[in-house]
Amino acid sequence: MEPVQIYERLKQRFPEQILEVGGKPDVFAVVDPGAIVEICEFLRNEPELWFDCLSNETGVDYKDRIEVVYHLFSYRHRHGCVLKVKLPRENPQVATVETIWRSANWMEREIFDLLGVTFLGHSDLRRILMPEDWPGHPLRKDFVEPQEYHGISTVRESPIIRLDQKH
Amino acid sequence: MSTLRTEEMTLNMGPQHPSTHGVLRFVIKADGEVMREAIPDVGYLHRSIEKIAEKVGYHGFMPYTDRVDYVCAMFTNQGWAMACEKLAGIEVPRRGEYCRVIAAEFNRLASHLLTVGLMGMDIGAMTPFLHALREREMINDLIEELCGARLTFNYMRIGGVAWDLPPGWREKALAYLDHLDPILDEFNALFSYNKICIQRLANVAVISAEDAINYNLVGPNLRASGVKWDVRKDIPYSVYPEFDFEIPIGRGEWGTTGDAMDRYMMRIREMVQSSRILRQALTQIPDGPVLAKVVRNFKPPAGECQVRVESARGDQGWYVVSDGSSYPWRVHVRTGSFAAMGIIQKLSRGLMIADLVVLIASLDVIAPEIDR
Amino acid sequence: MNNSLVTLIGRAMFGPAPLDHTDQAAAIAVACAVVLFAIAVPFASIVTWVERRVWARIQSRVGPNRVGPNGFLQWLADGVKHVCKEDVIPEEADAPLFKLAPYLVVLAFILPWAVMPFSSMLILADLNIGILYMTAITALTVVGVLMAGWSSNNKWSLIGGIRSAAQIISYEIPAGLSIFPAVLMTGTLSMQGLIRAQKWEPYHWFIFANPFCFVAAIILFVSTLAENNRTPFDLPEAESELVAGFATEYSSMRYLFFFMAEWGNMFIAAAILVTLYLGGWQIPRFNWSPALMNLLQFICFLVKVLVLVFVSMWIRGTLPRVRIDQMMSICWKYFVPIGFINMIGTAIWVAFFPHGSRLMEMAMFALALAIVAAFAWRVAYFTRRSRMELYFHPTI
Repeated sequence: MEPVQIYERLKQRFPEQILEVGGKPDVFAVVDPGAIVEICEFLRNEPELWFDCLSNETGVDYKDRIEVVYHLFSYRHRHGCVLKVKLPRENPQVATVETIWRSANWMEREIFDLLGVTFLGHSDLRRILMPEDWPGHPLRKDFVEPQEYHGISTVRESPIIRLDQKH
Repeated sequence: MSTLRTEEMTLNMGPQHPSTHGVLRFVIKADGEVMREAIPDVGYLHRSIEKIAEKVGYHGFMPYTDRVDYVCAMFTNQGWAMACEKLAGIEVPRRGEYCRVIAAEFNRLASHLLTVGLMGMDIGAMTPFLHALREREMINDLIEELCGARLTFNYMRIGGVAWDLPPGWREKALAYLDHLDPILDEFNALFSYNKICIQRLANVAVISAEDAINYNLVGPNLRASGVKWDVRKDIPYSVYPEFDFEIPIGRGEWGTTGDAMDRYMMRIREMVQSSRILRQALTQIPDGPVLAKVVRNFKPPAGECQVRVESARGDQGWYVVSDGSSYPWRVHVRTGSFAAMGIIQKLSRGLMIADLVVLIASLDVIAPEIDR
Repeated sequence: MNNSLVTLIGRAMFGPAPLDHTDQAAAIAVACAVVLFAIAVPFASIVTWVERRVWARIQSRVGPNRVGPNGFLQWLADGVKHVCKEDVIPEEADAPLFKLAPYLVVLAFILPWAVMPFSSMLILADLNIGILYMTAITALTVVGVLMAGWSSNNKWSLIGGIRSAAQIISYEIPAGLSIFPAVLMTGTLSMQGLIRAQKWEPYHWFIFANPFCFVAAIILFVSTLAENNRTPFDLPEAESELVAGFATEYSSMRYLFFFMAEWGNMFIAAAILVTLYLGGWQIPRFNWSPALMNLLQFICFLVKVLVLVFVSMWIRGTLPRVRIDQMMSICWKYFVPIGFINMIGTAIWVAFFPHGSRLMEMAMFALALAIVAAFAWRVAYFTRRSRMELYFHPTI
């Protein structure tokens, strides 16, 4: 099925929770954050759709909101679709889809680490790429890198050696 | 008789360890030689490439994509270029596409040679590793002549490739392929069909097809579990539909479908197919320009897209969000190694320490690709 | 000048010296130790150079070729380098044991040379329990290795040490059982006695005496590989799993001791096999001076041993490592039962054919030739099929 048909199908089943369909070149559907698990379960288990693989899950910071993007794929029917949830920038929270697709485990940890989205019900929500005690979430647009980390300077002096200066 | 009190031993494997292929760390809870669990800890090679993309612009990001996966950098080049082309609707000249395929498939050969060689190294045979690396060096020489670099190529551009094939390169490449095919046979005879090798790899860390899909394994790891899926065939991109090649899948000839031996053999078989593709591409390559006209200040229209490229480590998804400016708003690359690392904790239960090494090598995880 | 060192060494090496004074005995002991070191250490070191060159050829590399002619002095350069390096003892390590371990390993590698039958006269001490002494002393390695693994206070070292202990002790049994057939046929444990019972013609070697001996010799060879931590049984120092196993924390000379002992033990293991089953120093009899005869015997012995050492290097260059459970099952499920069968079978054989069977000897010899021919054909086949250009320049 084409993504647009999948979204039509979703709209029939969840008229209230599908907020918006649009976007180019890839068409996506924006869904209600509260219903994401329900919608995903439907997509996973409906024989016609059968999205058995969460191929990608990532987050985008839009300065006024944070979006979590789900790229779903079905190996049985060879079709894909894109779901999005829009979350507030302050304390973004969304339910985890880890119970549906195990691959979400690490991807959600990465989003939590880099964008600060809390996934409710996640089994192991720890930082994955950054150190445990790193301040802030680096992929947020307003992230400012700290000048030092445990006394280690994160700023490098200019690598160009000035030959005219005497030490 | 009371039972002897035993203690679980916590072992720290990495970040500096010979068989972790870069800088990975595993916290192993071991009961003697048998592991209760191995908990992967990644992030030691995190260079925030996705953040860098937001600062350097579309053209400027191309050299950085090499560093996402420096073992097969052509595919990350290609993924980025294809994502930008899809956003802006750019058509790549046919010769450009052929150049891309040729470069990418040579890179796949190089990457797989490293993988199968490292498998030898990891189970204690040094000779296969050096034999594989000898062949890889020859491919690196070819690629160096093509784009001036041996590892971080920066060969592709948005809209095509940077340079055409050098004069006389085609003949050299075809001569190399003639040399490679019997070498692969020899490699099989030396190592793959070795009794000890089969004993070490067969029936180790079996991944069922359901698990592989559920954990989002991609590429050779997925195919080894018996799922016939290859982006080159199933979501055709570039000029792959013009070539005749097969997708090998794991059948469990030596043990169970989806074991380490299947994953290992998948690479050997893919090399044979790559060589087939390369022969066709090198003979069919049309004349014409290699690079479409793309403005220097590249500003794709606002929008977002995901493209998938079949890299040596599997389906690589490039998700790019553009806001219409000359800097991408968000770039995310979903790599094969990242997904493969997620399954290690589950598979490690009950394996031996020596098997963990085999598991890591058979999943072909590369540290820079996990952390990006 | 009866007490001169040269005379003492001469007596020690070329015949039983009448010992009437304790100081003479002490001097002999010192002289023997010096001779042992002077022979054993360079020998083991040169074997490292040979191994690196051979290994390099197998892997289509060149290998060390800078120091001295064809890199021959590489072993000396490595030795000097290791001596000059800092000897690091980890703070948390059990220092006395940590320091002692390499010496024990070296001891286990030096002492067997005392009964090494280089020729009919060139032997330090022809003990009447020679082969027993040899196996007993080589097993001392396990103490050193276990000590090293434990005292390093490193978990990887500990696993390496434990693996090594399990492995060496397990493989002592099939190795010991495989010594029995030869001993049963000769009725002696003396090294020279075992060699004298064989003749120079290959089909008179004990390996071809009967099928049981043939199998026993192969088991002995594989078991000694395992005892010396050689590929495919190099689990105690599996670099891809355990970093460097029991030697992880060692540096400088102590590290060198471990590896010198490993290469030296390779020679010793090959010497045991040559003595027991491959005719030792036996050469055709000529009416030449005893000195010349001894030299020829020495060369014969050395060539046989080096061929086996080369095979061991070849195996190391070809095979991957087995897993620990597989290694144990090879030992306990296959080698030990087969070892017992060999022992009993040889006993029965000796009862029926006290003087050996010429027919069986010839048959076994033919079988061995057939195996070698089949192997050579296979090598030639794969060489042809890979269409690789073969290079043979030993002096690059």
